[in-house]
This record gives sequence, structure tokens and C-alpha cells, in this order.
Amino acid sequence: MSEKQVGNIIAKGTESRGLWGEAWHRFKKNKTAIAGLIIVILLVVIAIATWVIDAVTQGSVYNAYVIEQNLSQRLDGPSLQHIFGCDEYGRDILFRLLWGTRYSLFIGLISILIALVGGGFLGAVAGFYGGKLDNVIMRVMDVFLSIPSMVMAIAIVSALGSSIFNLLLSIAIPQIPRLARIVRASVMSVRDREFIEATRAVGASDSLIIWKYILPNAMAPIIVQASLSVGSAILSIAGLSFLGIGVQPPAPEWGSILNSARTYMRDAWHISVIPGLMIMITVLSLNLAGDGLRDALDPKLKN
Amino acid sequence: MAFLEIKNLKAEYVTDEGVVHALNQVDLELVQGETLGLVGETGAGKTTLAKCIMGLLPQKTGKIRSGEIYYDGEDLLKKNPKEMQKIRGAHIAMIFQDPMTSLNPVLTVGEQIAEAVENHERCSKMKAMERAQEMLELVGIPAARSGEYPHQFSGGMKQRVVIAMALACNPRLLIADEPTTALDVTIQAQVLEMMRELKSKFQTSLLLITHDLGVVAQNCDRVAVIYAGEIVESGTVMDVFKRMQHPYTQGLFSSIPKIHEEVKRLVPIPGLMPDPTSLPEGCKFCTRCPHADGRCRTEEPLLYEISPGHQVRCFRCGKGRCEA
Repeated sequence: MSEKQVGNIIAKGTESRGLWGEAWHRFKKNKTAIAGLIIVILLVVIAIATWVIDAVTQGSVYNAYVIEQNLSQRLDGPSLQHIFGCDEYGRDILFRLLWGTRYSLFIGLISILIALVGGGFLGAVAGFYGGKLDNVIMRVMDVFLSIPSMVMAIAIVSALGSSIFNLLLSIAIPQIPRLARIVRASVMSVRDREFIEATRAVGASDSLIIWKYILPNAMAPIIVQASLSVGSAILSIAGLSFLGIGVQPPAPEWGSILNSARTYMRDAWHISVIPGLMIMITVLSLNLAGDGLRDALDPKLKN
Repeated sequence: MAFLEIKNLKAEYVTDEGVVHALNQVDLELVQGETLGLVGETGAGKTTLAKCIMGLLPQKTGKIRSGEIYYDGEDLLKKNPKEMQKIRGAHIAMIFQDPMTSLNPVLTVGEQIAEAVENHERCSKMKAMERAQEMLELVGIPAARSGEYPHQFSGGMKQRVVIAMALACNPRLLIADEPTTALDVTIQAQVLEMMRELKSKFQTSLLLITHDLGVVAQNCDRVAVIYAGEIVESGTVMDVFKRMQHPYTQGLFSSIPKIHEEVKRLVPIPGLMPDPTSLPEGCKFCTRCPHADGRCRTEEPLLYEISPGHQVRCFRCGKGRCEA
């Protein structure tokens, strides 16, 4: 078979789709990643739906089903009426979990977005320019890394007071040095590769090199770290709420549900197990989707 | 008329371990349409010279101490980074040693060639892509494969892509830094043949850097031999291959196995290249030269012309002999 024929045959299978089209094509083949993505999308839909319901009913559904106490159903186990049972104030756990999705998901996503912008910028600057600037930035990051993230989050919230914005900050700031390190390392590893020099040799500008050559090649570990961080951010929110300094009751945050369920663990297992499962499933599906995304974005793993 | 002229070029790398004198006194001329072979051992300064011309020396360590590089009468070393960026690719392009690593793994080969076109010519993405596909056909790759990624190509095909990328903007000078070292012999022959064709088609001058003397004999009009950052002998292929005068050139040729001569052992050049952080005084080759005498160890030889166009940096040749 001549080279040309081989070329045509191969070309039929891979029409030009662009980086993202190609990535989606590969992502689709990864069943666990798709499962993760479906759950994540489902959670996002739930969060948005509860928001819409609140907006349309002006909070009446929220007040009636999520907040209002009904002590006659106190600690009722799962039944047909209340699939996941009721909590210590007789509120339906299913409703509380559904309405709690937004806290975990959006605080998690937004705080990592803040961390990604901050850490990504610091890491990219440190990695691309190197030298003294790199040294200064990374030593400051080291100082931040030496403080346990939970301790720092608690310190930030108790210093600034507990509002949603401060909560976001307290979760984002401990993540910044972690992301900065990853971004710096992968930018550095790409910066000195030969193809960067080859691109310079045909007259590419610095900005083109950074956007089209360094970032796409450095992205895989950044995406994985970011998606794993969303998971750990959700855990931090739950942790902070569990300690009583996160989202304040009666708001149905998963961690604060767990916290109040602690006392009733012996009598009503469902109050603690079900929110715990929710947190676990959310974090797991985020990690699966992130992992799949990493594989999909690496053209070398294509076939 | 030489359109690339390098005069007195001195370049060094400043590192923590000391100053590496990579290039000392390089003088070189290249005429339009000509192929100049640059031959030398590993570490002789071949790649450094190429990077000096491209303005791609590592910013932190690489320093050009003196000298001029004239391209079309203009000194490239006096240009600012923006101007150099316009020259790279459009006027002077470079092919790197290893095709496996010189392509961006996340862009399709078509996009990468189109990128090179877009850097210099104001044209639409479609136009650039068309040009990229033309270039691919030109180097013998079906245009249908332009949507594939570098890892889907073999080494020889990748080197063709790299060449297509370098030639996409019709540069007047192509610097090929050991373009065939990473390829096997059959592919090497194909690639060289193709480069020769493209060169005559586009009237490009070629600076071919290699340590393979066979490649030089086959492809070059003139040859320059570089040793420890100095041009030690330059001339036409016939001059250097048949009438070589410098003891280093002679040593190079006697270390090549010859098929028609029965020899038990090859004759290598004894010793190693001097450490570029502490080069010997006098002639750089004196530590390994069988003919070295007192003068060689104290005084630096110049390039002496022994016949028109054939220059040798040795006291035993041409004018060097009478000056003593």
C-alpha cells in the first residue's frame, strides 16, 4: 500500500475536529468519566432547579419543606412519604439535601475558580520567567503551604466573620499555593521543550507561545488538580459547617446536617449516613469526570 | 555577493561553573543559493552558531561578546527582539535536530504549519491552512493528513513536517541543525534528496550543520570545519575533502572507515576536545596536534588563505609559514 493510500485511510477516521471536539470524542468513550459527568450535571441541574423554584414561589416551598419544623415526624426513618426519612426537627431530609446542593457545589466550584485564577497566574509567571521572581513567589507559597488548610480556613473565617464571601475566601486561599505549584511545574516542563524553540524559529510571538503552545501542553495536570480540588473544597465546606463556622443553620448545608445528626447517630442512622453519601458521591463523580477530562485532553493517549 | 556574512563572532555561556567559550572567532560567508556544510565534533559550537544567527541564544546564560552577523547588509545582532521575530521564519528559518520533539503534540500538523504562515503573512485562517496543505504535499505528505497530530507520524514524516513548517514562508536562508541525525539511512537519503529539490525550487541558501562527512560530500558546495568554537578550515568540498591542510581535518578524515581499504584499526584523533571553560593558549588544537611546536602553544594562528577560497587556521599553511 502506498503512503498516500495509508494517509487517506487514516484521515477518514479522524476528520479535523479541533482540540475540544477531539477531546469530547475521546471523553465519550470513557464510561466512568461519563458516569461522573452525568452525576455532576444532575447536581448542577438540581442546584439551579431549587434556585428557580425559590425565585418563582418566593421562598414558600423552601420555608414549608426545608425550614419548617414538624416535631411529630421527629427522627422518622425512611418511608414512602419521606424516602430518606426526617431529621431531628421533623424536616424531610430529601428536601434538605436537594436544597443543600447549591452550597456545596457552587461554593466548591467558585472557590476553586478563584484559587485557579490566583494560583494559575502566580504559577505561570513564576514558571515562565523564573529567576528571582520565581523564588519570591514560591517562597511565599511555601509559607502558605506550611499552614494546614483547615486551620487557615478556620482562622480566616473567625477573623473576617462568617459570610458566604468569607467562606469562599477561606476555602480558596489555602488552595492557591497548591495550584500555583502545579501550574509552575507544568509550565516549566513545557517551557524548555524543543518545539517551543522550533516555534520561535518560525517567528512566533511570546503571547502566541504562551497561549497556544505552553498552556495547552501544561493543562492536563492543572485540570486534574483543579477537579480534585473542587472535591476537597466541598469537603472543607462540609468540615467548616460541621464545626459550626461554615454555612449557618437552618440553611440545609450537607456538612451542617451531618453535624446536627452526630448526636442521633445511634437512634437515627439515616440522618448522618445519607448526607455523608451525598458528599461522597459528589466528590467521587467530580474526580471521575476530572480524570476523564485529563485523558481526553492528551492527544497522545488517543488510540 | 555574500548575503550572510559572519565576522569575528564570539559567544559564551555564563554559568555557575564558569564561562563556557562556545564560539571564538567565527568568520563565515554564505552566497545566495549556496549550500554550506558546517562540520565538527559534538560540542564544537555548531548549534551555538546557528542559534546566534537566529537570535535564539538562551537569554539568561548566552552572551555574544563581539562580532557582527550581516544579513543583506544589516547587522542582525543590532536588531531588537521585535525585528528579529519578523526575520525568523520569513527570512531565516531553522530545522532542529530531533523531529520527535520539535512539534507541538497538541496541535495538528496542518495547524502548526498554518501558524507559521500566519506569523508573517496577513491572511485568513483558510488561506493559511490551504498553504499548509500545499506545503505538506510538497514534502510528500498527502494533504488529507493535515488534520492529524504529530504522534501519528513516523520520525521521517515528522521531519518532513518540520521542513514544511520551516519553508512555509519561503525563507531565503534555511539553517538545518543535524536534520538527519535522528533518522535511519534510507529516510535520511529521502529527506536530503527532498531538501535538495526544495532548495533549488525556492532558491534558498542552506547552512547544513552535521557531523556526517558523507552528507556533506553529497549536498554541499562549500564546507567549513569548526573546532572548539573556531573555523579551522573552509573551502569548496573538493578543497576540504581532497586537499585538506589542517591537521584536525586530516584527523577527521582518517577516522572514517573506508570500504576499499583493509585496515585492522581506524586512526582516531588522540585526546578529547579541550574543555570550553578553559581553552589552551595558542592554537586550540595544539594539545592533540601531532605537529604542534612551541609557537603553536603560545601564539594563536589566523585563517590563512592557501588558494582562492580555501582558508586554513594553521601555522604550517600558506602565509602562516612565512610569518614565523
